[in-house]
Amino acid sequence: MKKIISMLLVLVMMVGMCAMFAGCNQEEEKGSVYYLNFKPEADEAWQKLAAEYTELTGVEVKVVTAASGTYSDKLNSEMAKGDDAPTLFQCGNAQGLLDWGDYCLDLSNTDVYKEMTTDDFNLRDDSGAVKAIGYCYEAFGIIVNKALLKQAGYEITDITDFASLKQIAEDIHARAGELGFDAFASSGLDGSSSWRFSGHLANMPLYYEFRDDEVTKQPATIKGTYLDNYRNIWDLYINNSAADKTSLSTATGDESQAEFGTGKAVFWQQGTWEYANLVGEKYNMKAEDLQMIPIYCGVEGEAKAALCCGTENCWAVNAKASKADQDATLEFLKWVVTSESGTKMMAEQFGPIPFKAAKEPENVFFADANKLIADGNYTVTWAFNHTPNVDAWRAGVVSALTAYSADQTDDNWAAVETAFVDGWAAQYKVQEGG
Amino acid sequence: MSKKQKGGQNLNSYQIRRPLKRMFPLFILPTFLCFIIGFIWPFLQGIYLSFTDFMVPSDAELTVIPAIEAAQKDPSLITEAGGSFSYYMDAMFQNYRKAFEDPSFSRAFWNTAGFAVVSIVAINVIAFAIAYALTQKMRGSNLFRTVFFMPNLIGGVVLGYIWSMIFDAILKQYATYLTANSTYGFWGLVILVAWQQIGYIMIIYIAGLQSVSEDMLEAARIDGANGWQTLFRVTIPNVMPSITICTFLTLTNSFKMFDQNMALTGGDPTITLAGGAQIKSTELLALNIYSTYKIGRRWHGTAQAKAVIFFLLVAVLAIAQLTATRKKEVQQ
Repeated sequence: MKKIISMLLVLVMMVGMCAMFAGCNQEEEKGSVYYLNFKPEADEAWQKLAAEYTELTGVEVKVVTAASGTYSDKLNSEMAKGDDAPTLFQCGNAQGLLDWGDYCLDLSNTDVYKEMTTDDFNLRDDSGAVKAIGYCYEAFGIIVNKALLKQAGYEITDITDFASLKQIAEDIHARAGELGFDAFASSGLDGSSSWRFSGHLANMPLYYEFRDDEVTKQPATIKGTYLDNYRNIWDLYINNSAADKTSLSTATGDESQAEFGTGKAVFWQQGTWEYANLVGEKYNMKAEDLQMIPIYCGVEGEAKAALCCGTENCWAVNAKASKADQDATLEFLKWVVTSESGTKMMAEQFGPIPFKAAKEPENVFFADANKLIADGNYTVTWAFNHTPNVDAWRAGVVSALTAYSADQTDDNWAAVETAFVDGWAAQYKVQEGG
Repeated sequence: MSKKQKGGQNLNSYQIRRPLKRMFPLFILPTFLCFIIGFIWPFLQGIYLSFTDFMVPSDAELTVIPAIEAAQKDPSLITEAGGSFSYYMDAMFQNYRKAFEDPSFSRAFWNTAGFAVVSIVAINVIAFAIAYALTQKMRGSNLFRTVFFMPNLIGGVVLGYIWSMIFDAILKQYATYLTANSTYGFWGLVILVAWQQIGYIMIIYIAGLQSVSEDMLEAARIDGANGWQTLFRVTIPNVMPSITICTFLTLTNSFKMFDQNMALTGGDPTITLAGGAQIKSTELLALNIYSTYKIGRRWHGTAQAKAVIFFLLVAVLAIAQLTATRKKEVQQ
C-alpha cells in the first residue's frame, strides 16, 4: 500500500515538472493577443469576438475580464508576469498615464490609429506620442422613464433647467404613495454606486470651475466655486427618493438599477452603458420610454447644456511585449474596428465609436447625446479625468457625503467642501509622491 | 548524542539513526524547496523592493541610482544635504522615510495597537470563561462547543460584509451608520473578531483545562480552597501553556488583521486632518500597506518599506511575548 502511495506521489511530482517544462518550452511561432478587459458587461461580447477571430486567422486571442472595481489590481498583477503579460489593456486618464505610461506603445503610425475619425479621446504624453486611443465615448446624465413621467402628468419637454426638474421631482415625491413610484432611484454610497456621485456628479462643479478658469491640465488646487450647485442637486436626489437617507452607505448600484428598471423611480443618474441592461431580458424596458437628459444643478445658462461626454476607454498596447505579440495585437485591433462583426459588436456594446467603419448604434441615449449637440448645446466634458489619486479623493468625498446625507446641516456640508477642495490639494501632493 | 558514545546501549539507536541521518536532506528537500519558493525568496525580494522605485516588480530600480545620477550632474546637491553620506543614505532609505512621515501609517499603527490590546483581552477572557463553564459537568456542553466554534469556519471577508449589514441595521434605529465615525468602526471590528475567534481559542482552553489533573484539584478542595482560590492558584498556573499559545495567536492575529478590516469598513470614514492630509480612520496596518500600494507607482516602494517595518514589528512583538509568557509556565 505504501509503495503504491509513494509511487503515486512521485508520479504527481513528475507530471507537475513536465507541465512546468512544457510551459517554458512553448515556442512562439506567431504572436498571440492577450486582452485585459475592464468592462464586465462587455465580457461576453469580447469572448465571442475573440473566438471568431481565432477561427478566422488562427491567432490566439485570450480575453480576461477583471471583476468589477478590481481592474487596476488585476492589471498590476498581470503586468508582473513578464512574457505572459497582457498585450492589450486600458489606460484611460491622467493617473493611468502616470502609472502605465512606460508600458504604452506609441500608436501614432499604426493602422488602427489611421482608422480613427477624431483625436479628441486619445491620450498623448508630453512628447506628443499617442499612448492610448479612445475606442469609444460615453455619455451620462439623468435617465428618465418617460412612461412614468407621463403617468405623473408631465412631459419630458417640461424639464428645461434645475428649477423645473426640482418642481417636478418634488411633486412626484409628494405623491409617491398614490402614484406607486418615486422621483429618484436610490443614490447609494456603497462602493458599487458611490462613483456615480463622487465621480460623475462631481464632474458638474469641476467642469464649470475649469471652464471659468480655462483649466486644461490637471490643476494642483481647485476652488470649489460651484459646490453650492453640487449641494442643490445632491439634496434633490436624496430628498426625493424612497431610499432612507441614513442607510445610503450600504445602498448598492444594483439596487438603484432594479428600482429604475422595475418602474419604482422616474429618474436615475447613469450613463449610456446601462442601455443594454435596461432594454435587455432582465427589465425589458421599451426604448421609446427612455431618454437621457443633462444633469441640471442651477448653474446660469445650463438650459443650453448637453450630456456629459467623454471616455476612460482607451486602448494601450503593451510596449514591453514581444514584437510578434504587439503586431498580432495591432492586427487584431484593426480587424475589430474595420470588420463586419467587429464593428457590429462595438456598436452594440459601446455605441458610436470614433472609427471610419463605425456602425450606427441602436442605443437611444447616444441619439439623445448627439441630438443635444446638434441643437447647438455645449458638451459637458469629463473634467473628473483630472482628479489626482482618484480612489482616495473620491473616498474622502464619499465619507463626507455620507455623513451629510444622514444629517443635512451646513456644518456637515462644510466637511464635504473640505474633502472636495482641500482633499484635492492633498491628493495632488500624494500623487506626486510627497 | 556525540560520536564518542559508539558502544554499549547506544549502539542500537545509532545504527538506526545513521541511515536516517544520511537521508535527511532527501526528506527535508521538498518542504525546504517549497519554503524557499513560497517564503524565503519573496521575503528577500520584498526587502530588495523596499529600496526601489517600481510599477511592477520586474522593472524595479534602486532609489539610490537616480540620486547618484543627479549628484553627478549637480554636485551641489551633496553639499546641500550635508555631506555625501547623509545624501546617499537619504536616497537609499527614501521609502522608509516616506513611510514614517506618512500620517496614515502612524494612525494605522495606533489603531492596530489599540485593537490588539482590546481584542487580546476580550477574546482570551471570554474564551476562557466559556471554556471553564463548558468543562464543568453540564448538559449539552458538546452542543455548545460546536456552536461556539462554528463562526470560525466562515471566511473573514464574508463575515465582514455580514456584520457590516448587521451593524448598519442596528445603528439605523439610532439614525446613524457604521462608517459614521471611527469609534463605531473600531468597536465593530472588535465585536466581529471576538465573535469569530472566541470559539477557536475556547477549544484550546478546553483542552488545557481537561489536562489539569483531578488529583490536584481534589487536593486543593481537601485543603479547603474555595472556587476562586482553586481557579487562580491551581487551574490557571496549570493551563499557562494554553494561555501562552492563545495570547500569541490572538496577538499575531490582531496585528495581521486584514480581510475583516477591509470588508467591514474598508478603513472608512476618511477624515481630513488639519493641513489637508486625508487618512482612513479605521485602517489597521495590513490594510494601510495595501492601500498605500494602490495609490500609484510613486508609492509602491513605500508600501513595500511599510511591509518590511510591519514584519519586524510583528516578529519582535511575538518573540517578546513568547519569552515573557514562557517564564510563567509551570513545569509538570
